[in-house]
Amino acid sequence: MKLLFTFCKKMPVAAAAAALLLFSGELFAQAAAPVPNKGDTAWLLVCAAIVIFMTLPGLGLFYGGLVRSRNMLSVLMQCVLVFALVAVLWTLYGYSLAFTPGNAFFGGWDRLFMKGLTPEATAATFSKGVVVPELGYFAFQAAFACITCALVVGAFAERIRFSAVLVFTTIWFTFAYVPMAHMVWFWPGPDAFTDQAAADAATAASGFLFKRGALDFAGGTVVHINAAVAGLVGAWLVGKRIGYGHEAIRPHNLPLTMTGASILWVGWFGFNAGSALEANGSAALAFVNTLIAPCAAILAWTAGEWIGKGKPSMLGAASGAVAGLVGITPAAGFVGLGGALVIGFAAGLACLWGVSGLKRLLRADDALDVFGVHGVGGIVGALLTGVFAAPSLGGVGIYDYVANRTADGYSIGGQLLIQGTGVVVTLIWSGLVAFIAFKLASLLPGGLRVAADEEREGLDITSHGESAYDR
Amino acid sequence: MKLIVAIIRPFKLDDVREALSDAGVSGITVTEVKGYGRQKGHTELYRGAEYVVDFVPKIRIEAAVPDSLEDIAIEAITTAARTDKIGDGKIFVLELQHAVRIRTGETDDEAL
Repeated sequence: MKLLFTFCKKMPVAAAAAALLLFSGELFAQAAAPVPNKGDTAWLLVCAAIVIFMTLPGLGLFYGGLVRSRNMLSVLMQCVLVFALVAVLWTLYGYSLAFTPGNAFFGGWDRLFMKGLTPEATAATFSKGVVVPELGYFAFQAAFACITCALVVGAFAERIRFSAVLVFTTIWFTFAYVPMAHMVWFWPGPDAFTDQAAADAATAASGFLFKRGALDFAGGTVVHINAAVAGLVGAWLVGKRIGYGHEAIRPHNLPLTMTGASILWVGWFGFNAGSALEANGSAALAFVNTLIAPCAAILAWTAGEWIGKGKPSMLGAASGAVAGLVGITPAAGFVGLGGALVIGFAAGLACLWGVSGLKRLLRADDALDVFGVHGVGGIVGALLTGVFAAPSLGGVGIYDYVANRTADGYSIGGQLLIQGTGVVVTLIWSGLVAFIAFKLASLLPGGLRVAADEEREGLDITSHGESAYDR
Repeated sequence: MKLIVAIIRPFKLDDVREALSDAGVSGITVTEVKGYGRQKGHTELYRGAEYVVDFVPKIRIEAAVPDSLEDIAIEAITTAARTDKIGDGKIFVLELQHAVRIRTGETDDEAL
């Protein structure tokens, strides 16, 4: 089997690696178990914390500033509750189904109800013989699951019924987020790759897209395209806001949106650089790419807006930053700095089109442009990762864990095809699950959206019984 | 007595207040208002969504003056609020029938 093993993220548990070694017929004498490095551990825990800060309050403020003042608290509340719900589901079964050995689409039950998640448990990284505490990995991945589900709420903001958000989130998290994370990120870890036969066995045990060689460093498919498609389906099924297209539905506080975008950016250093799982050069590369790609995207979006629409706007610059961050996410630890600048620039322009030209074509009231920014940016990033990961274009290439060096013969065309497969699988899988999840949520008493008079009065008062501001 | 109602540009408020004070008008009431007239509104663009904002923010001043001060007050407002561009505003003068100072009970010119 000629498959090469990527320097991609995510891990298995040490137990998984051990099981694979048995599976491949090799019984090792008791080797000393690797001990987590304190630097790696500290880095991973800090990254998990700042990725949590991305959702609360970062995403909440970014989204909250974009809605009308009467819906401010409803958006914040949806972010908080989705976060809490997903973190609990993640603990009960999500982590187990995403990151323990199973089939190509779902993991197993090894960590069901937190079984075995002790301070001594370790998780693999991308270096042989290097592990991190599994609880740190658990927390880091929990933060990803939470923000992905929270991203979706932007699409149906200002008219969805609160109970429908919770029902949708539970179903979509279980049947879209968890399997996508498993498909893209689950592998038995580098230590399983002792020789070609063991490598073949380890590959066979990896996730559906991982085993095909899809590159997704920090979640272009799993997080951004995944959430964006669900949002778009939601925007279609929930329907347009009352007055959409003929009344002025203006953002109520763009300074908060700018603040939220800035918090997201800082958190994104944890998101992308933390996805290296170790405090090393790969993390530094992802860090710098996360710094410069959004800058290129801001310049691109602002220039496009200035030339195309007359004025360079603050909202445009903040949106450009997020577009660049989304674009660089799958590429962060794979591409060089030049590639990051090109990806940022492309994502900025593409997402500007995503929120204007494409939005008109889609005819959906994706209220806060979840698809326009996260979907379009995610697709651009996922595809360009395949281009700029090439060593000939300054990328780090694909690491061969059997030969313990970067593999020769990187094929840009071949990798693009694989990346495209990842995009299409995500679009279809997430879209189908979201459709079913929204249909089930619509069976709730009252349906998917609030009554028209409640929508006019605002969800803050009618759904939550409070107001964001003095009136 | 006359009630002078003037719609002016918001940033001209201080100039107008000073001019009226110099002209001997002893008090004014100010309200923030919106309106439309010959001055066009503007368009706002939020990502792909464009909105035309028709109503322009203005300041409305109300001043009750004795008949003797009517022309002086109008002259003071006109001079102070003018920029010679569309949107400088308008002045309306109404006949005022009666006025009372609440604290003392004084009426009409005594109350102004």
